[in-house]
Amino acid sequence: MRIWVPMDSAAKALGAEEVALALRAEAEARGLEVEILRNGTRGMIWLEPLVEVEIDGTRHGYGPAEPADAGAILSGESDKALGPVESLDWMARQTRLTFARCGVIEPLSLESYEAHGGLSGLRRALQMSDEEIVTEVKDSGLRGRGGAGFPTGIKWETVRTAKAYRKYIVCNADEGDSGTFADRMIMEGDPFCLIEGMAIAGLGVGAVQGYVYLRSEYPDAIEVMTRAIETARAAGVLGADILGSGRAFDMEVRVGAGAYVCGEETSLLNSLEGKRGVVRAKPPLPAIEGAFGKPTVVNNVISLASVPVIFEKGAQHYADFGLGRSRGTIPLQIAGNVARGGLFETAFGMPLGEIVEGLGGGTATGRPVKAVQVGGPLGAYLGPGQFDTPFGYEELDGAGGLVGHAGLVIFDDTADMLGLARFAMEFCAVESCGKCTPCRIGAVRGVETLDRIAAGDSAAIELLTDLCETMTDGSLCALGGLTPYPVMSALRLFPEEFGTAREAAE
Amino acid sequence: MRHAVPQPTVDDIREVIAPHLDREGPLLPILHAVQAAWGCVPDAAVPVIAEALNLSRAEVHGVVSFYHDFREAPAGRHVLRLCRAEACQAMGGKALSEAVLGKLGVSWGETTADGAVTVEPVYCLGLCACAPAAMVDGRVVGRADAARLDALLAEGAA
Ligand SMILES: Cc1cc2nc3c(=O)[nH]c(=O)nc-3n(C[C@H](O)[C@H](O)[C@H](O)COP(=O)(O)O)c2cc1C
Ligand code: SF4
Ligand code: FES
Ligand code: FES
Repeated sequence: MRIWVPMDSAAKALGAEEVALALRAEAEARGLEVEILRNGTRGMIWLEPLVEVEIDGTRHGYGPAEPADAGAILSGESDKALGPVESLDWMARQTRLTFARCGVIEPLSLESYEAHGGLSGLRRALQMSDEEIVTEVKDSGLRGRGGAGFPTGIKWETVRTAKAYRKYIVCNADEGDSGTFADRMIMEGDPFCLIEGMAIAGLGVGAVQGYVYLRSEYPDAIEVMTRAIETARAAGVLGADILGSGRAFDMEVRVGAGAYVCGEETSLLNSLEGKRGVVRAKPPLPAIEGAFGKPTVVNNVISLASVPVIFEKGAQHYADFGLGRSRGTIPLQIAGNVARGGLFETAFGMPLGEIVEGLGGGTATGRPVKAVQVGGPLGAYLGPGQFDTPFGYEELDGAGGLVGHAGLVIFDDTADMLGLARFAMEFCAVESCGKCTPCRIGAVRGVETLDRIAAGDSAAIELLTDLCETMTDGSLCALGGLTPYPVMSALRLFPEEFGTAREAAE
Repeated sequence: MRHAVPQPTVDDIREVIAPHLDREGPLLPILHAVQAAWGCVPDAAVPVIAEALNLSRAEVHGVVSFYHDFREAPAGRHVLRLCRAEACQAMGGKALSEAVLGKLGVSWGETTADGAVTVEPVYCLGLCACAPAAMVDGRVVGRADAARLDALLAEGAA
């Protein structure tokens, strides 16, 4: 009998370790021959810990499991039975390309990775020229999943054609946005996928060294990634002669140190070099002068982890999904006050309301949805009136929002919008790298101004609006530049909470 | 009672940083190694690191002070990190933080008088679909409530 219990940190946070121990103890007590395997999470966090039991070759789910359920799960009579996992609505409705293996395989088993299509993309890339590799990525239509949505193939082309004796692939695994966990989930659940994507990137641009800049808040992901890199090196997937091709690529994990701004690519590069994580002015682009002054690809985890499937199935297969100029799939991360929270990978284009109500099932508290913050702490709050907006780069932009890293944080009608606007300013003040006055000082003023508004001084609203304009226009990076998004959207959507009538804010 | 700042010798420090000196961009890995060894980046380490990397003391100090992770003095016996970010706020994270801080009688970043617990803010643990989230000495907690955090702290506090 084979049983899977996820080792993903969300599953652990909900008691997966205790459930695994209980299953083992119960199996021993009954003298049952049981193999307990550890997978990543499928992404149905509301069902975690989700135990899977193989019955006649099909994996059946039981969740959310507690230690006390162990006996009934083993005897097949648990009331937590969900049926075959792949047939659950949440799974069946997805297009799992990037996350195809996540939750299915044992994360640190290279055999299991290969058995599920792993390394076929890299093998194909090894037969291609650097130019063909970059063209394949361009043709896939893949855009950066870290927030800015820049076409990945074009970035790679700049690095490929740059002349230098050393180049780098830097994976941005700083994932600081509230409401996002896709990077963590794939690093914990399918780390070889990221390694393979980075190796293909190395072949495409002529880089032999990669770094994964991984935030210190993710100890589990750090451990899994580090062990996966060691395993890949020992198996010849990384190193001086990858898969016997005579080509070299190696990589290592670098741990961040708790600065949100280090997710910004130039700040990240400074941090990697051992400096203060201050944002650099562009140009020069990192693609020309990046890590240690050398041409560097900086890509988000999901951008790089989407590369293997593009090479395995072909650029066209990937590009066939999506909407307009948003090609392929996007791992939606549904979080906050939501009945069914988790990760759902789907083609671009699903309307917001369908995500929040259809997938998420509304709020966890059962109260009406008040607002959704889309795209992290720098993303706008959108109200139910905007729920027909399709999830796509241009479409969300048109609604005054952004895709960001594709997190959606749902709030019920008790949410304090002025408090959230104040939090956005406070967060900007705490995390500012200090380079620009509008961000460093402006955010502190923003907190004070919102306190005045809260105290009933509605004349301060105009001040807040001006301040936001100054931050938008005068900030070097998106921390100062986009903090006005959540602030102003909260004010526009809920002027009455800022002590004013709707007309006054418009 | 706050733990005293450790006073490693120059040789102790050199031994800890030595394995990292040949890496590209060695400073962050060195600071993490020093903090892992002594629970903080002691003042005594700054000149030793500066010398080894051919940097000024001010440069090293500037880096240490930039990052939230690096401490000047060791934390309490346990570190409780509570997520303050939006998804956790949406699930009552703010009230939870207030209750925990109130009960322990500390503000953000402070250590209880008996040196048992330091409470720190964290901005997202990637557990946003099972908010509010917390971390007790590196152990993740989802759908956290005050009772569960108490139990975990008591479990560890021997
Ligand atoms: C304040 C700030 C924080 C950011 N945080 C992240 C992050 O955590 N992860 C990420 O991939 N990109 C982040 N970005 C975006 C990066 O600067 C950059 O656009 C991205 O890493 C490029 O990779 P991509 O093209 O694959 O998206 C951040 C940007 C800013 C301004
Ligand atoms: S906007 Fe803020 S975080 Fe960005 S460069 Fe300026 S000061 Fe630094
Ligand atoms: S860009 Fe010059 S102060 Fe911000
Ligand atoms: S916002 Fe608290 S864990 Fe992400």
